[in-house]
Amino acid sequence: MTVDYSRADFQTDQEVRWCPGCGDYTILASVQNFLAEMGVEREKHVFISGIGCASRFPYYMNTYGVHSIHGRAPAVATGVAISNPDLNVWVITGDGDGMSIGGNHLIHTLRRNVNLKILLFNNQIYGLTKGQYSPTSEQGKVTKSSPMGSLDYPFNPVSLALGAEASFVARTIDMDRKHTTSVLEEAADHNGTAFIEIYQNCNVFNDKAFEELTGKETRDENRIYLEHGKPILFGPNDEYGVTLGKRGAEVVAVAAAGMDTIHTHNAEDPDPSAAFALSRISHGPHGPTPIGVFRKVERPAYEDLLTDQIAQAKADKGEGDLESLLRSSGSWTVE
Amino acid sequence: MATEIEKRPESTTLSQAVVRFAGDSGDGMQLAGAQFTASSALFGNDLATLPNFPAEIRAPAGTVAGVSVFQVHIADWDILTPGDHPDCLVAMNPAALKANFDDLKSGALIIANSDSFDERNLEKAGYESDPLEDGSLDAYHVLTAPMEELTKEALVGSGVTGRAVLRSKNFFALGLVSWMYQRPLQPMEDWVNRKFGEDSPIAKANVAALHAGHNYGITTEEFHHTYEVEPAELPPGEYANVTGSQALAWGLIAGAQAAGLDLFLGSYPITPATPILEALARRRNYGVKTFQAEDEIAAVGSAVGAAFTGHLGVTSTSGPGLALKSETISLAFMAELPLIVIDVQRAGPSTGMPTRTEQSDLLFAMYGRHGEAPLPVIAALTPSDAFATAMEAARIATKFMTPVILLSDGYIANSSEPWLLPDVDSLPQFPVEFATEPNDGDAFLPYLRDEETGARPWAVPGTAGLEHRLGGLEKQNRTGNVAYESDNHALMTELRAAKIDAIARDIPDLEVYGDEDAKLLVLGWGSTYGAIRAATIRVRDDDLAVGHVQLKYLNPFPPNLGALLEGRDKILIPELNSGQLAKMIRAEFLVETESFCKVEGDPFKAVEIEDQIRLVSKELSS
Repeated sequence: MTVDYSRADFQTDQEVRWCPGCGDYTILASVQNFLAEMGVEREKHVFISGIGCASRFPYYMNTYGVHSIHGRAPAVATGVAISNPDLNVWVITGDGDGMSIGGNHLIHTLRRNVNLKILLFNNQIYGLTKGQYSPTSEQGKVTKSSPMGSLDYPFNPVSLALGAEASFVARTIDMDRKHTTSVLEEAADHNGTAFIEIYQNCNVFNDKAFEELTGKETRDENRIYLEHGKPILFGPNDEYGVTLGKRGAEVVAVAAAGMDTIHTHNAEDPDPSAAFALSRISHGPHGPTPIGVFRKVERPAYEDLLTDQIAQAKADKGEGDLESLLRSSGSWTVE
Repeated sequence: MATEIEKRPESTTLSQAVVRFAGDSGDGMQLAGAQFTASSALFGNDLATLPNFPAEIRAPAGTVAGVSVFQVHIADWDILTPGDHPDCLVAMNPAALKANFDDLKSGALIIANSDSFDERNLEKAGYESDPLEDGSLDAYHVLTAPMEELTKEALVGSGVTGRAVLRSKNFFALGLVSWMYQRPLQPMEDWVNRKFGEDSPIAKANVAALHAGHNYGITTEEFHHTYEVEPAELPPGEYANVTGSQALAWGLIAGAQAAGLDLFLGSYPITPATPILEALARRRNYGVKTFQAEDEIAAVGSAVGAAFTGHLGVTSTSGPGLALKSETISLAFMAELPLIVIDVQRAGPSTGMPTRTEQSDLLFAMYGRHGEAPLPVIAALTPSDAFATAMEAARIATKFMTPVILLSDGYIANSSEPWLLPDVDSLPQFPVEFATEPNDGDAFLPYLRDEETGARPWAVPGTAGLEHRLGGLEKQNRTGNVAYESDNHALMTELRAAKIDAIARDIPDLEVYGDEDAKLLVLGWGSTYGAIRAATIRVRDDDLAVGHVQLKYLNPFPPNLGALLEGRDKILIPELNSGQLAKMIRAEFLVETESFCKVEGDPFKAVEIEDQIRLVSKELSS
């Protein structure tokens, strides 16, 4: 059943309290618009978040929601999804929440393939605690907790998700609402865990971190849109392309390399190697960076397997009743 | 093959016997003990069991550290504990003798596997000379049998060969002890055939060893004095022998059914709580959803998610896991969601002694949360009582929309006792009513409280029109919206606490066992019930005036507890910690108490409490 919704139906009466100019506003609008378009009953959406700026998100969504605790959203969301597989369960997290304190839950959720849509807002900084380096901050970053530059080598979230056996991995950019919507659509359509990294600008503590991908001057040269079944070309006139060889994925000039060398993207490849190679093209991001769905493969969702086991057990042993449970390890009668 | 028990003139009839099976952790002593127990139950004895095994799966063979023990107390009367000191020790090797010798009753029967008392094993156990021969056991009744040789002989032609033959020696020992105590072999044979398949070599080997042990008793002169324990006069009805873990798992299933909910268990394996996860994992046909999470935090987090979605959310753990879950439990408290948190307590801080028992998480269960987050805390009194306790946890959690901490411990979890099975149709029912309609005009206020219980409504995702958000941030009263106003925080803190206090009106008054107005009141909680009650019965048989009260509800306390404590000359509080309940009682009621504490990783023996009561009584009367 679909319902005729507008964006307003998904807005709450709570004042949105992100900093003016924050990328989170754009993402909120994209998600609200997308859900209105999707038309699934509002009561069937559940938004679960952890702690951080991004994690305030559920308060602004007129659906069911839990603003849980730091890093634990995937765990809480797993309980929701297992308990009612009919729900659409969204996890809202950030680079600190999802990859630092909640890193363990994230990787295990991905390998289990619980039917969750995980939106990881990556702004490469801790915002809510006012500007410390995060697990995606570039090495050497000077922040209040790293005055001489951070020593940590950062995660590449897409590489991490692919390594954690994710069945769906994508990346998008807060400012690119059209692209965000298309990725949300594909994620919603996926049965299993969908992991979406969203480059999100924190204009207060880490402004212009994604400038190379969002700035007018540079974005066309740096955004590599991945489209399933199409050769990977980019640049203002598609003059660049990506090849895949022994040294991984490389950016080449199409004229020099020849069109026949350009890799055709296959998001449905059961082998994640090519997707992983694509995820290594950039770090940070600096220079040309792939955007889009890296991987989308079919694998049974955890809760579907559990539901099957329950049905199987009932078929094999009959619906359990208390009388026989209490006698299941033997009993005797005293006259 | 049915075996007739030959009546012999040398047989002595006992009213009770405590038998302890001891051997290497790979010797199958738990199995032998469990089979001896099952046979005794079918024979009609009352009984109680206590296993004790090393934390290591296979500690070095032959060492004292690797000894695994199973103790069973059988009686012709209604017993309460697994027994204080063994009347009979089965020692499969020198280490088993060494590790258990000090516990034996003087003059106890020792049945030793003489094959293992060789130089190498004696040395590993730390014996300088062979205790079977050096006269050090002269005060005991020692019987020996070359169990390994005789098992080998019995298994010729069974199809089992090589070293595997020795795996059946526990059945030889079981057969021999069953002869000594005149236990029927048929139930043991039936079990073996069910377990391994009647025609399998391993079933045949075990049955052959069982009979060989039994026949060795019949034909060997020195085993001719046997013992009998007559059936107990138990209330009529159907019984099952249950461990605390089993009863607890079943109680959760029954509790979920009584509430009309599906059961969800999020858990991470941890000793000694794991058997609950395992017991529920095999009950998928009851609709039970078990989720083995990646860690303790995810385990409780998933249970919170399940609770939000309208399941009976449960998480099971032991002390270290409870520590990890603390933050999430506070979230459930703040979100006011029903949740059952089971802590099967084990001994010591950090890893401590995982396979040993203690009651040392009481204050942690009471206060181990940040901010002010009072929770109901209840404890199981005996293995079978874990069933009713689990149902009660489900009732309180759903009625008051709150997490409940249920305390069990290693002793309750692993011990067993016969349980008079309840009539399923007369179990308490407490069906949950989810919110389905707006409760304030067209609006739904997720924190609009029930006037009687203080509980907020439970509206589950999927219910149209009741969309709402929960979270850990402070909420505005009624609306549940994020609120930082000072007055509101003070009000919400008070309302949340008042809701927990209100539970006191919903639980039964305490009753004093024994002498109601005695000057000496013994006050215990949880699993010390059996030992304290047995001790109370013994001293009252000697005309000492003593009352016993055992607490199941630790927070809030039953409403009449304060009155019961008034006017006593002495309130004696035995507990398996350094005085945690005593601290709570003194703080709450401003009364003096005397603690009797034990932190050795073992449950109380009834005799220890008995001696203490006598000592205190003597002081009072002088």
